[in-house]
Amino acid sequence: MMHKTISRRYILNRILLYSAAIVMALWTLAPIYLIALAAFSSKDAIYLYPKPLLPVNFSTETMTYFINIKGMMDNVKNSILVALLTIVFSLILGAPGGYALARFRFRGKQALTLGFLITKMFPVAILAVPLAVTFIRMDLYDTIWAVALVHTAMALPFVIIVTSGIFVGVPRELEEAAQTLGCNRIQAFIKVVMPLALPGLAAAAIYTFVTSWNEVFAATILTLRNRTLPAQLMTNLTESPLYFRYAGGFFMIIPALIFIFIIRRYLLNLWGSIVK
Amino acid sequence: MRRKSEVLLPYSLLSPTLLLVFLLIVIPIIQAFLLAFQAADGSFTLAHFQKMVNDTNFADAMKFTFLLLICIVPVQVVLALVMALLIHSRFKGHTFFLYIYAIPLAISDLAGGIVWTAVFTERGYLNSILYSLGILDKPFLFLSYQNLGAMFGAIVVAESWRATAIVMTILLAGLQVIPRDYFEAADVFGANTLKRTLYVVLPLLRPSLQNALIIRTIFAFQTFSAVWALAGLIIPTLAGESYRWYVTIRNPNVSSAYAVIIMVFTLAATFMYFRLLRTSEAEAGYD
Repeated sequence: MMHKTISRRYILNRILLYSAAIVMALWTLAPIYLIALAAFSSKDAIYLYPKPLLPVNFSTETMTYFINIKGMMDNVKNSILVALLTIVFSLILGAPGGYALARFRFRGKQALTLGFLITKMFPVAILAVPLAVTFIRMDLYDTIWAVALVHTAMALPFVIIVTSGIFVGVPRELEEAAQTLGCNRIQAFIKVVMPLALPGLAAAAIYTFVTSWNEVFAATILTLRNRTLPAQLMTNLTESPLYFRYAGGFFMIIPALIFIFIIRRYLLNLWGSIVK
Repeated sequence: MRRKSEVLLPYSLLSPTLLLVFLLIVIPIIQAFLLAFQAADGSFTLAHFQKMVNDTNFADAMKFTFLLLICIVPVQVVLALVMALLIHSRFKGHTFFLYIYAIPLAISDLAGGIVWTAVFTERGYLNSILYSLGILDKPFLFLSYQNLGAMFGAIVVAESWRATAIVMTILLAGLQVIPRDYFEAADVFGANTLKRTLYVVLPLLRPSLQNALIIRTIFAFQTFSAVWALAGLIIPTLAGESYRWYVTIRNPNVSSAYAVIIMVFTLAATFMYFRLLRTSEAEAGYD
C-alpha cells in the first residue's frame, strides 16, 4: 500500500517535471522555428495575414535573394575572417597567460585576475568610439584587422580565465613526469599538456567565434565599407524590407545552433570558470 | 640564472596580453574620458554633457534603459532558475534539454530582435495566432508608437528570451558545486521541492546569483540592437544614443559622454550588488 502511494507520487512528480521542461523548451524553440518559417517562405508569403504556422508556403526565394545581394557574401566572409583572427589572436596571446595563472604562484596574480574580470565591465561603446578615432589616424580604420583586434581585446580576459581553468585540470604530475623523461618545459607543454587541454581549448575557441560573429557595436563603428554581417544588418535595418531582415536574422543564428551543439558538454565549464 | 628566468616566466607569458589590454582597453578608456570632457582646444569642458542632457532623447534614454533593466533582469532570473533546477534534477534526457535551453546563448541581441520582429510585427505570427483563435479580427500594432506599452513589452520578452540562457548556465554551474548531501538532508527532513528550493538551494546559490545579476546588469546597460530592431528610434536607450551620436550625427564627443555615463552606472550597479550580497555570502559560509 505504502509502496503504491510513493510510486503514484513519483509518477505525478515526473509528469510535472517533464511538462515544465517541455514548456521551457517550447518557449526557447518556438521563436527559432518561426524565424526559420519566415526565412523559408516566398517574399509574398511574408506579408500574408493570417500566416500559417506550418511550412505550407515553403520556398527558398527569400534566402536565395539574401545570399545573392551584392556584397552580402563579402560581409559574411568578413565576419568569418574577423572571428577566425579573433580566435587565433586570443588563443595565442591568452593561452600562455592562462597557463601562467594556472601553474605559477607569483606576485600580483590575484590583482591581475581581478583586473581581467574588471575589463568585462567596460561597455563596448567606451572602447569603440576612441578606437575608431585612433584607427583612422593609424590607417587601420575600415579593415577586418581593426575589428579583429578589438574583438580580441574583448575576448582575451575571458579566454585567459577559461584557459587557466582548463590548465588547472591537467595534472601537474604528468608534466613533471615528461620533464624527468627528458622533455624541456616547452616540449612537455606541447606533448603532454596541449593534447589533454585541447577539447576545452576548442570549446573556448568556439565560444570566442560566436562572440565575435555576434558583435554589433564595435563592428559597426569601426567599419564603413568592409562591414561584417551584423554591422551590415544593423546599418540597413530600419529601412530594409521584412524579408531582408528575416533572412539576415536567420542567417545569423545558424552558427549558434551548430556551435552550441558542438560545445554543449563544455557549456558549464566555460561559464562555471568565469563565475569562480 | 635559471632561477631568475623561472621567476620571470609567468610575467613574460602574461605580458603580450597585458600589452594588448593596455593598448586596446586602458588607453581607449582614457581617450573616451578625454573625448567626453575636452573642448576642441584641449581645455576641460562640460559642454558635451550639456549637449547630451539637453537633447530631447536623453531623458527617455535614461528612463527606458532603467525600466528595461528593472523589467528584464527579474524575469530572466526566475526563468533561468526554473530551467537550472529542472536540469539539475537530472531527469532522463536532461542533456538534450540543456542544449535547447542554451541555444540563445549564442544568439546576438540583434538577431534576437529580428526573431521577435517576426512574432510581433503587424502581419506577424502573434497576430496570426490571435486571429486564428478568434481573439482579434484586425492585427494589433505591437510595434507602433501608438502602443508604447506593447512595444516595450515586446522588447522585454525578446531580451528575456535571449539572455535567460546566460543566467541559466551561471546558476547551473553554481548548483553543481552545492554538495548533494544538502539536497538529501532536506529530503530526509521532509522538505518538499518548494521548501527545499527556498530554504536550502537559494541561500547556497547566492554567490552565483550575485554573479548572474552583475553580468546581466552590465549587459543590460549596453542593450541597444534588440531595441533598435524592434522599436527603431521610438524607444531610445543609453547605448543606442551613443551609437546614434557617433554613426548618424557624427559627434564622437557626445557619443563618448554617453559611454562614460553607461560606465559609471555599470560600476555603481556592480558595487551595489557586492554590498548587498556580500554579507549574505559570509552567512552561507560558502565560497
